[in-house]
Amino acid sequence: MLKDVRTRRDILFVTAGFAAFAALPVSPLLAAGADVEPLIKKIAGEKTISEGRISLDLPTIAENGLVVPLNFEVESPMTADDYVKSVHFFADGNPNPQVADYTFTPLSPKAAAQLRIRLAKTQTITALAVMSNGDVFSTKKEVKVTIGGCGG
Amino acid sequence: MTSKVTPRVRMPATATAGEIIEVKTLISHEMESGQRKDASGKIIPRHIINKFTATFNGQEILSADWHPAISANPYQSFSVRAAESGVFVFSWFDDDGSVYKSEHTVTVS
Repeated sequence: MLKDVRTRRDILFVTAGFAAFAALPVSPLLAAGADVEPLIKKIAGEKTISEGRISLDLPTIAENGLVVPLNFEVESPMTADDYVKSVHFFADGNPNPQVADYTFTPLSPKAAAQLRIRLAKTQTITALAVMSNGDVFSTKKEVKVTIGGCGG
Repeated sequence: MTSKVTPRVRMPATATAGEIIEVKTLISHEMESGQRKDASGKIIPRHIINKFTATFNGQEILSADWHPAISANPYQSFSVRAAESGVFVFSWFDDDGSVYKSEHTVTVS
């Protein structure tokens, strides 16, 4: 009876190990992380980036890098002449730093959404919000990943 | 590995005028990142849903461009306003050109 349990656990362990291996990035060079600055520059242009207005909810420690809950809300009245145009997310430790780009219209009652993202390792997530008047806001949050999208 | 892609949406069918309602969506999709290798060391090609849109009576509420960093079986929730009775259409755009749609009629009383 005891032996059966152990065998089952071994199988589970091997399966978990394989899953982690399968999620390994193509090369360590790619996994070294990409520079998010040019991407931010592309969206913000010459505008000054201010802190605040965005509440970015991410776990401090993510046990599973393959499914990390991300909730956000940008403070805005969401009226025809004052609304959030777009919200962008970047992960500096992922092989591809782009995560998601949201476009809102005044028809949205809130510039908010909840989603699930993948993180390859411990890294900083940057959120960037562009308002209808052109103002740009940003916020950052570090997430510690214990079992990464790449076994680390 | 490809299985049938099924979108699922949960939202109320009735609302009071101007009420803000929450929409929860889930779609079964492998979201292959294009970073993984198969047993023979060959890269498994990228195959993800790259765009999501939500419209109300034909007008866009929000859209999202997704990258490989979105988890498999993408879940997403957000808010919409029930200004009048109408049809909400949610669409997911696959890398392979497929479009998965889910329509929901909301009656405002």
